[in-house]
Amino acid sequence: MSNEGVIYRISGPVVTATGMKAAMYDVVRVGDEGLMGEVIELHGDKAVIQVYEDTSGIRPGEPVLNTQETLSVSLGPGLLTQIYDGIQRPLPTLEEEMGVFITRGVDADAFDLEKIWTFEPQVAVGDSVVGGQVIGHVQETETIIHKIMVPPTVTGVVKSIESGDYNVTQTVCVLEDGTEMQMMQKWPVRTPRPFQQKYAPDTPLITGMRILDFLFPLAKGGAAGIPGPFGSGKTVTQQSLAKYSDAQLVVYIGCGERGNEMTEVLDEFPHLIDPNTGKPLMERTVMIANTSNMPVAAREASVYTGITIAEYFRDMGYDVALMADSTSRWAEAMREISSRLEEMPGEEGYPAYLSSRIAEFYERAGRVETLNGDDGSVTVIGAVSPPGGDISEPVSQGTLRIVKVFWGLDAGLARQRHFPAINWLNSYSLYPQSLDQWFRDNIAQDFPEIRTQVSGLLQIESELQEIVQLVGSDALPVDQQLTLEVARMIREFFLQQNGFHDVDAYCDIHLQYQMAKAILSFQDAAKSAMAGGAQLNDVVNVPSRSDLMRGRFEKGYIDTIADMVKKMTDEIADTVEEN
Amino acid sequence: MTGKEYRTITDVKGPLVFLNKTEPVAFGEIVTLRLSNGTIKNGQVLDTSDDLVIVQVFEGTSKIDRESGVTFMGDVFKLPVSTDLVGRILDGAGRPRDGGPEIVAEKKADIIGAAINPYSRQSPNDFIQTGVSAIDLCTSLVRGQKLPIFSASGLPHNDIALQIARQAKLKDSDEEFIVVFCAMGITAEEYNFFRSDLERTGALENAVLFVNLADDPAVERIITPRLALTAAEYLAFEKDYHVLVIYTDMTNYCDALRQIGAAREEVPGRRGYPGYMYTDLAMLYERAGIIKNKKGSITQFPILTMPGDDITHPIPDLSGYITEGQIVISRELHQQGIYPPINVLPSLSRLMGSCIGEKTTREDHKSVSDQMYAAYAQGRELRGLVAIVGEDALNERDKQLLDFSGVFEDKFLRQTRDEDRSIEETLDLCWNLMSSIDTKYLVRLDQKWIDKYHPDNKA
Repeated sequence: MSNEGVIYRISGPVVTATGMKAAMYDVVRVGDEGLMGEVIELHGDKAVIQVYEDTSGIRPGEPVLNTQETLSVSLGPGLLTQIYDGIQRPLPTLEEEMGVFITRGVDADAFDLEKIWTFEPQVAVGDSVVGGQVIGHVQETETIIHKIMVPPTVTGVVKSIESGDYNVTQTVCVLEDGTEMQMMQKWPVRTPRPFQQKYAPDTPLITGMRILDFLFPLAKGGAAGIPGPFGSGKTVTQQSLAKYSDAQLVVYIGCGERGNEMTEVLDEFPHLIDPNTGKPLMERTVMIANTSNMPVAAREASVYTGITIAEYFRDMGYDVALMADSTSRWAEAMREISSRLEEMPGEEGYPAYLSSRIAEFYERAGRVETLNGDDGSVTVIGAVSPPGGDISEPVSQGTLRIVKVFWGLDAGLARQRHFPAINWLNSYSLYPQSLDQWFRDNIAQDFPEIRTQVSGLLQIESELQEIVQLVGSDALPVDQQLTLEVARMIREFFLQQNGFHDVDAYCDIHLQYQMAKAILSFQDAAKSAMAGGAQLNDVVNVPSRSDLMRGRFEKGYIDTIADMVKKMTDEIADTVEEN
Repeated sequence: MTGKEYRTITDVKGPLVFLNKTEPVAFGEIVTLRLSNGTIKNGQVLDTSDDLVIVQVFEGTSKIDRESGVTFMGDVFKLPVSTDLVGRILDGAGRPRDGGPEIVAEKKADIIGAAINPYSRQSPNDFIQTGVSAIDLCTSLVRGQKLPIFSASGLPHNDIALQIARQAKLKDSDEEFIVVFCAMGITAEEYNFFRSDLERTGALENAVLFVNLADDPAVERIITPRLALTAAEYLAFEKDYHVLVIYTDMTNYCDALRQIGAAREEVPGRRGYPGYMYTDLAMLYERAGIIKNKKGSITQFPILTMPGDDITHPIPDLSGYITEGQIVISRELHQQGIYPPINVLPSLSRLMGSCIGEKTTREDHKSVSDQMYAAYAQGRELRGLVAIVGEDALNERDKQLLDFSGVFEDKFLRQTRDEDRSIEETLDLCWNLMSSIDTKYLVRLDQKWIDKYHPDNKA
């Protein structure tokens, strides 16, 4: 059999070819227009292919050509600031080639192959090198050094090494055995890139969102799921994370989502400044946009394209955060393909292998010792869009079984305009134990204890609220009324955060701790004042308390908060004397 | 390829015809069927292989037998487009329904449409004033947005859609929209209502109607919205018009989709709807938007009726995940005799943030909208409490909020079917209504707006 076959059948994005030598996951070119596809099933002589472009107008009998390669991404300088579709074609190039509508049959290089980069060698002639070792540096953007690595499977002794200006396809290093290396390499997307070992995560990914960092922290190298019904703020949360989290690099996958939303990201990111480096956010970002009406098979591939790019930067020793919005659309793409293959379905029509695919994907997160002995991480944050907001469905359940952090978005909170609408009662993080030491060492010795107090108060509030629903709050004893007031302060002052406000959108972790302490100071001061005979109403209404609460919208709050707390506790103490 | 007629039908099942022993047939190709009695029907290829071709017949398979002749037309479905479309009424398959001549095509456009490159889109940010207070204040519509109306049977969604179509305009501009109206499986009565209203207001001259009624073939509904959107894209992106697409009822469309899925014996997803329904709906909804360096725009107003008033039903659910918000019609408000019965609490416009404020509507819009919403939400919640503990148990603040929720519905929501309130009138009305609440409880209003707009300070 040859590499060329003919089309036998076409059913939507699924095409069957006969007479072609094929192996699973080979990339093929389908039809006269050479549409890109991937072999996903073999039946005797027949190869079933998922096609990444629209198949209307294709006929049986047209040729199919097997490239013998697996679906791969190009890795090298030029990745950053790019905007790709699901199969790593840059969207600006597609616009040049085919206008504003995405038609088909166009190939595009993942980045400019002619662009000249300055290569600074990091090895010398005669050095032995192994897979993953850094042979040179390229300053890709102002903040990111792109490390050129030996492909994972290659070892040898350096015969020659270049220095100076080259493009990504020119050879910069030759080994004794004749292996030539360029700045660009390829890697198959469905195969995780190798590393030496996985470490237990011990550093938090600081996001600047109080409810996440303080109550439900995520570790660098961890995995988190954000399920929520529509309108609960999944996308806003994901975008905030992409903007403010202290990862060195961000891969953002818009998987089967709205076109206008991606446009907003594309418009906004180049103008936003990374609070951690002071440079434009785009310089640390790779974006993948496969909107809901773009071909479904490319949507299926987009998450793999994204995570492979993330792993590549991890191998350079960077902390990478990957946002996938939304993994449900990815799962639906699998379901759609699976149903075209007439596979026996599992739950709700999803293929039976759904949960193992989800698990495999999240398993590619992790903090690792890279092949070159460096320390790098990929943190994965996946949004889930459960139908009707009911998380008992297969995608949510498959995700929750594998991730250690669950940020549950709540339509009720969103309706009350409580944002971020993350439910503090059902969300969880399994990382505190491994991260507490970091918080003690870097923020405050009593950080974990303060957190426990705050979440304890929220728990008590939810119990008290049940009573209030029945009898009204006036029927409670004053100390419980105070608890309700403190919990309200936690919700409105601490948990609520305005993602669109210049100052409030990002909250420094030290400030988070100060704010939590301020709430507890209020509680203590109020308790002792009331023990001395003060009225709850007077205590609650001291003017300096609302000043304190409004302060979070002002710049320099971290410098003034201590004085404001002092003023508030003094005023509360004064309410005793008034009586 | 055109011209060769096959008489090789093997099976007919629901809307599908199966035939074999054909020359290679293209996926998506258009098909005509000639019945023994001379009737001509149209269809499209859904699945093609050397051995078997599956054709979906738009007009239903009644009277098709194994003797019927099948001709493949050699091309995918295309709509003839030209500016002559404006002012015309076409049927669900794009043929004139108004007795007028065939459309003289400037070109023929593929009805499936291609995805707009996200990189080529322009962010929508032009506020559209609908003249309906609840929408303008709380779920502001933006040019290029897709904002569905989630309704249910027996509710006045058609009146609301028509009122919006009549009144929608850019603030301080007389530029009018071209309305593309797409009916899918609605009753003749509903259709006549739409048509006579458009005629009465003269809007019909600036409209294109695609009409598939309840007694028209269900399968045809699959292509009707695609025709409408193809016409809309042509008018917007090639002829620089601002187009407002109203389609009703999406629920009938989805049911037609399910019907075909079932006939093909596909594995069903939730409630029997096909697993690809999300992608399919996205291929319609995502055809809204604005493109960089093009003058026109497409704004979409899909109407869907939620079966059993259930917002978690797959149709509203999947729609909500694709569209940029939703306007929810409430049976409760309707039964109280309030028009328009829009429940602002679950309603949402995702693009609102980019289109309101000093430059576009008024500086206090955001603040007022938040406060009105919050006060109404709290007032509504208190109604539940009052039912248990009685009104006397409420404190002063709660009493005021409770009263406000009634005023909100009666004075703010309620307006007549031809009342066109400007956004300034809406905002001034809000300030008047909010003055019934003590200012110290209006915590979401910025002090500077209270100083400037509160009736107490204005006088």
